[in-house]
Amino acid sequence: MAPPRGAGERSFRRTLLAYAMLAPSLAVFVAFVYAPFVRTIGWGTYESRRGGTAYEQVGLAQYRDVLTGSDFWAGVSHSLVFVAITVPLGLLLGLLLAVLADRRLRGIRFFQIAFSSTVASSTAVTSVIFLYLFSSAGPLGLTWLQRESTALPAIALSSVWQSLGMAFIIILAGLQAIPEEVTEAARLDGYGPWRMLTRITVPLISPVLFFLVVVLVVLGFQAYAQVDLMTRGTGGPNGSAETLLFKVFTHSDPDRVTIGSVMSMGLFVLTGIVVFVQMRLLQRRVHLG
Amino acid sequence: MAERLSRAGVYVALIVAAAIVLFPIYMAFVQALSPPGLYASRGTPLYPVGWDWDVFSRAWDRGNLASAIGRSLVVTGLIVVVQLVTSVLSAYAFAFIDFPFKRLLFAVFLATMLLPIEVTLLGNVVTIRQWGWIDSTAALVLPTAAAAFGTFLLRQAFLGIPGEVREAAVLDGVGDMGFLVRFAIPLARPVIASYTVVTALTAWGAYLWHRAVIVDTAGSATVPIALRTLASSGSDGNIALAGALIVSAPVVLVLIVFQRALVKGLTAGAVK
Repeated sequence: MAPPRGAGERSFRRTLLAYAMLAPSLAVFVAFVYAPFVRTIGWGTYESRRGGTAYEQVGLAQYRDVLTGSDFWAGVSHSLVFVAITVPLGLLLGLLLAVLADRRLRGIRFFQIAFSSTVASSTAVTSVIFLYLFSSAGPLGLTWLQRESTALPAIALSSVWQSLGMAFIIILAGLQAIPEEVTEAARLDGYGPWRMLTRITVPLISPVLFFLVVVLVVLGFQAYAQVDLMTRGTGGPNGSAETLLFKVFTHSDPDRVTIGSVMSMGLFVLTGIVVFVQMRLLQRRVHLG
Repeated sequence: MAERLSRAGVYVALIVAAAIVLFPIYMAFVQALSPPGLYASRGTPLYPVGWDWDVFSRAWDRGNLASAIGRSLVVTGLIVVVQLVTSVLSAYAFAFIDFPFKRLLFAVFLATMLLPIEVTLLGNVVTIRQWGWIDSTAALVLPTAAAAFGTFLLRQAFLGIPGEVREAAVLDGVGDMGFLVRFAIPLARPVIASYTVVTALTAWGAYLWHRAVIVDTAGSATVPIALRTLASSGSDGNIALAGALIVSAPVVLVLIVFQRALVKGLTAGAVK
């Protein structure tokens, strides 16, 4: 007879059952997460010879060359610009829409659905829409995507729009979880809308906002589809929109895969550092009530 | 009076915000329905000129969308089903069975969440090439056939099942598989429903991995690759936008249907 959950009685038969249940997931993780990760680290120590038909072990020399090279740092700065646009804008606009739509009014459902609607738009669909919205033949007559200084910000704007629905849904759920007594008490104390927002609402939903920031940062460093579609695979004028992941992907052929491997490790470490710093900086300010 | 004024102000703000958020979608319709030849010299109009509904059937044919949507539906469906099965099984083991190396294996699952696509991409691309799996459905499905996120979400749901339910089942002589199928899965239905929606949306929208393993963009395209071809240089914007609108329709439909199921699940999911 099976013991209650968590209970100590181990049986050989149930241990086997547990391993059998974990086996499919473990097989996938080993084959498609751990093995490629370890192989990628190793590939970075090889240099391609004769167009990728032979490889020579060079130790850490290639890591040093690539990670101090201008190509890698151009990618870093593009990715940082992308994140510096998408994260604050996504957060602020999501908050604005959620505060606006968090009230009992006739017809508010319509506005809530309108504000959530961009979740239905995949990155590919969003990119196609903005490719033509921002084109010189588009309704606004813009040339942003054709210019070196504006291509990347324009692509970032499309991502802000796409993540707006998700940000709105997450923040609205946070707002609706605030007990009514709290806001009522603040109102009776004479709190105006601005003080209510900055002193009561934002601190109370800070865990939700923090979660959203981390999600937006990770998504921002993974930007690829937007760049590929909105620059038609070119990476923008003079490579001005080549985010790090875009560069990694363009280095996937046999001749350059070892350079791409080093770049992907650089991106991994960069993402880790940014997320870690955020946690340290924001943790103290987040009210984890 | 002041109350009424501020309410009017809120409505104005809501309408302006909705207009801005919906503007790109509106313009996608306008640009799709307006044949470029009708306005080329005067700039894109802010309202449709021409009402060219035929553009959708041309996008359907030129983008080979029937085949792309079919392929994406198969890939998405397979990912959802396989990921649910692997996640339910591992979640059950972690929630209800005590076994050696449990903490270690839990950490092995957890750590996969720290290894995002940027560190597995190149390794997996090379693997797929070596195995000769380019353009195959298996290549699109298998790398996401398991998920630590799903495992943890379902484990949490399983742990929320009241101890009395478990004890009563055990007293009745229900074994592990019986408990899983007859109690754990039905009781975790709301969580499974929301997890399914999230997984399906993610799988349907996946782009980078499809770009990496689909080489035959004419014959093996999924939806995102078909859109890429439609929007490639030299093609007409109205047709590409019509294609983007067509492939969004199933997503909108699923979100509407599942929103209801989700709300139902959340309200009816309370312990009986």
